[in-house]
Amino acid sequence: MPSANVRGAQPSADRRLSTLVRHLLPSSARTATTTTTTSAADSLEAFPTMASPSSVFAGLAQAPEDPILGVTVAYNKDPSPMKVNLGVGAYRTEEGKPLVLNVVRRAEQMLINNPSRVKEYLPITGLADFNKLSAKLIFGAESPAIQENRVATVQCLSGTGSLRVGGEFLARHYHERTIYIPQPTWGNHPKVFTLAGLTVRSYRYYDPATRGLDFQGLLEDLSSAPSGAIVLLHACAHNPTGVDPTLDQWEQIRQLMRSKSLLPFFDSAYQGFASGSLDKDAQSVRMFVADGGELLMAQSYAKNMGLYGERVGALSIVCGSADVAVRVESQLKLVIRPMYSNPPIHGASIVATILKDSAMFDEWTLELKGMADRIISMRQQLFDALKTRETPGDWSHIIKQIGMFTFTGLNSDQVAFMRQEYHIYMTSDGRISMAGLSARTIPHLADAIHAAVTKLK
Amino acid sequence: MAMSSSLAAIRRRAVAPSPLAARARAMASLFGHVEPAPKDPILGVTEAFLADPSPDKVNVGVGAYRDDNGKPVVLDCVREAERRIAGNLNMEYLPMGGSIKMIEESLKLAYGEDSEFIKDKRIAAVQALSGTGACRLFADFQRRFLPDSQIYIPTPTWSNHHNIWRDAQVPQRTFTYYHPESRGLDFAGLMDDIKNAPNGSFFLLHACAHNPTGVDPTEEQWREISYQFKVKNHFPFFDMAYQGFASGDPERDARAIRIFLEDGHQIGCAQSYAKNMGLYGQRAGCLSILCEDEMQAVAVKSQLQQIARPMYSNPPVHGSLVVSIILNDPELKSLWLKEVKGMADRIIGMRKALRENLESLGSHLSWDHITNQIGMFCYSGMTPEQVDRLTNEYHIYMTRNGRISMAGVTTGNVAYLANAIHEVTKTK
Repeated sequence: MPSANVRGAQPSADRRLSTLVRHLLPSSARTATTTTTTSAADSLEAFPTMASPSSVFAGLAQAPEDPILGVTVAYNKDPSPMKVNLGVGAYRTEEGKPLVLNVVRRAEQMLINNPSRVKEYLPITGLADFNKLSAKLIFGAESPAIQENRVATVQCLSGTGSLRVGGEFLARHYHERTIYIPQPTWGNHPKVFTLAGLTVRSYRYYDPATRGLDFQGLLEDLSSAPSGAIVLLHACAHNPTGVDPTLDQWEQIRQLMRSKSLLPFFDSAYQGFASGSLDKDAQSVRMFVADGGELLMAQSYAKNMGLYGERVGALSIVCGSADVAVRVESQLKLVIRPMYSNPPIHGASIVATILKDSAMFDEWTLELKGMADRIISMRQQLFDALKTRETPGDWSHIIKQIGMFTFTGLNSDQVAFMRQEYHIYMTSDGRISMAGLSARTIPHLADAIHAAVTKLK
Repeated sequence: MAMSSSLAAIRRRAVAPSPLAARARAMASLFGHVEPAPKDPILGVTEAFLADPSPDKVNVGVGAYRDDNGKPVVLDCVREAERRIAGNLNMEYLPMGGSIKMIEESLKLAYGEDSEFIKDKRIAAVQALSGTGACRLFADFQRRFLPDSQIYIPTPTWSNHHNIWRDAQVPQRTFTYYHPESRGLDFAGLMDDIKNAPNGSFFLLHACAHNPTGVDPTEEQWREISYQFKVKNHFPFFDMAYQGFASGDPERDARAIRIFLEDGHQIGCAQSYAKNMGLYGQRAGCLSILCEDEMQAVAVKSQLQQIARPMYSNPPVHGSLVVSIILNDPELKSLWLKEVKGMADRIIGMRKALRENLESLGSHLSWDHITNQIGMFCYSGMTPEQVDRLTNEYHIYMTRNGRISMAGVTTGNVAYLANAIHEVTKTK
């Protein structure tokens, strides 16, 4: 059989034709590896239904770069030694290096050293221990919903996967197909829910004038939402703004939502990372669970355990009864099976190992607080640096906002200017990842912001 | 503290968990109408097996490899790769399309080490969540860019194939494949269906070790299928979940794909490392689509990434590291090839043993198909009722289509299994 490698310069259409001709010729003639295009064409005259050689995907256009992940792509291409990446929200140490938590390393070693550990398929719903522990982590071990077996929890691929599975479930089983998302929100939220089969609307959230919460706007928009609509809530450390409601405001939101039967869908990507306390960062969620009502919860361990690429997360649905929770879980399996069959085992095993061991759990909370404290320190240092430079404007939002991101208030022209002139990379909405800063790079960033706001308005 | 008192206040107002109140809550539940879903036909088998207390129980249901002691196996090459990963590498996000290294090695396996298509950068490829994830990305891609297309799926096939294309909202048709009377390939029926399908149809083909039947076309039959696909301008999508696992030789198991490539088809291919590297729960796989040229491959890959991003953002890193480390290191790769051959050889040995046992029990039925079929599964030809008897009377667990996972057969249970099969299939 002629080797597939001996083709070289023949154009693709001719190549396909000549291959076909070899098929049609008697086998003795097939030992010759070359055919001329004319003889190929001659032989094929008898076959008017011959396939067109062009691809079925011929007209397909290249997709635009993802706005968030594209920042890192651009950053990587930049040869400048001054460059700073404040794009994607992955934690960096003071030295600008990615961090694997010590407790995670220990858990991984324990798993490797366990000779009886195998890598079989997890159940569709994932690692059972992991699911139980995750629910306890976010809802509290004493949560009545957990005590009453009203929580259906399935392991999913980090926050994205949990949101998508939850969205698909709602599109199939919930009577309302509209989800309200805050304005602004994480760039991937609208796509996740649209592809899940929901209609996406937004509610007011961020007030550019105060760089804080537009609470009146939020209440008005949720009040005018149709009864039963789904509402996406960031549990803490709102992405991209870093602006969170106060507890009193959360209570008002809760009352309004329950009075209109609006279904809460929490996205918790930063539990423990925002304030440094796991319980404090879960208060908004627990408030809603405490009133006995139902909700969805997407949990991610990407940031708070530094497990980013392992894709570890969980979707919990708090249901009205244990019986409903069982049925809901069975339907979640039907969403998951045709998507990826069952979730990846490695990251979830690490999480379960840590959460079930009280010494490791304590060690984790310390490392988590360390990360949160470094970020809070970066906020303070950036604020101080801008004050020192007497940069025009009120920059107090830098220390008022919480979590990994600061919504600087810079416009897209200023962002582009900072990229070109100072090699500072952020998303075009002016969101910076505080985790990407260090004492060494803050002066450079402060200089860049100062230049941007004084030169461009 | 303000928080604990307001939480306490809310709790006081909450409905007390009395039975009446609980029932009221269930009726008021926004999800009270949700029906219990039927159990997955394959995975439900293992659940039932685990729940059975009988010491004689045998699990020949799900397709996960077992050694001759019936134990799951972690390959030595995998253990070594994991030792190298732990403590040395970070866990940062992969790009949306996954690990470049893992993709490169995967393409070499499927398309050939020296493939011109790899050199010419004509293959759009992304890391996927094992075989399921690869099929699903392709199905969603098909829906988005070829919304008028449908998929032809062989009868029978892995049950989840139907779910995948259904959830992707791509209409399905079936094509003839299995010939029950001979327990082999219905080649004439297959060729008819290929010829009768509208030009330019999409076909799902199992590259080797067809699941659930174990029936593969011969090389000559593959060539004829390929030729007819050319005439009809059909699109071949290969699901390759058992490369190396079928014959013991990955190159040999990729023969069908190579034939189609030689004939100039632009194929799609889903690859899985679940079985051949024993990475099941790591969800390591690859989806590739051969394109006209490099520019088109870049465009197609970018669009595949757009489908992955709102599904899971980027694929899991651990399994991809294991695959890359093994395939990039000549010693580890050589060890892997040895281990995968070992698994395939054990299965081939068990096929022989099962058939010989049945024949020596005096069964009047023909059991040639046990050794004619290839890969992890044997399509026994037993009826659902016979399977039920195997489960109820003998505590033998398999899917009701009569599919036996040969990986679950051992020298320790083959006689018991043969005896039970003989008992339920012999004519009175």
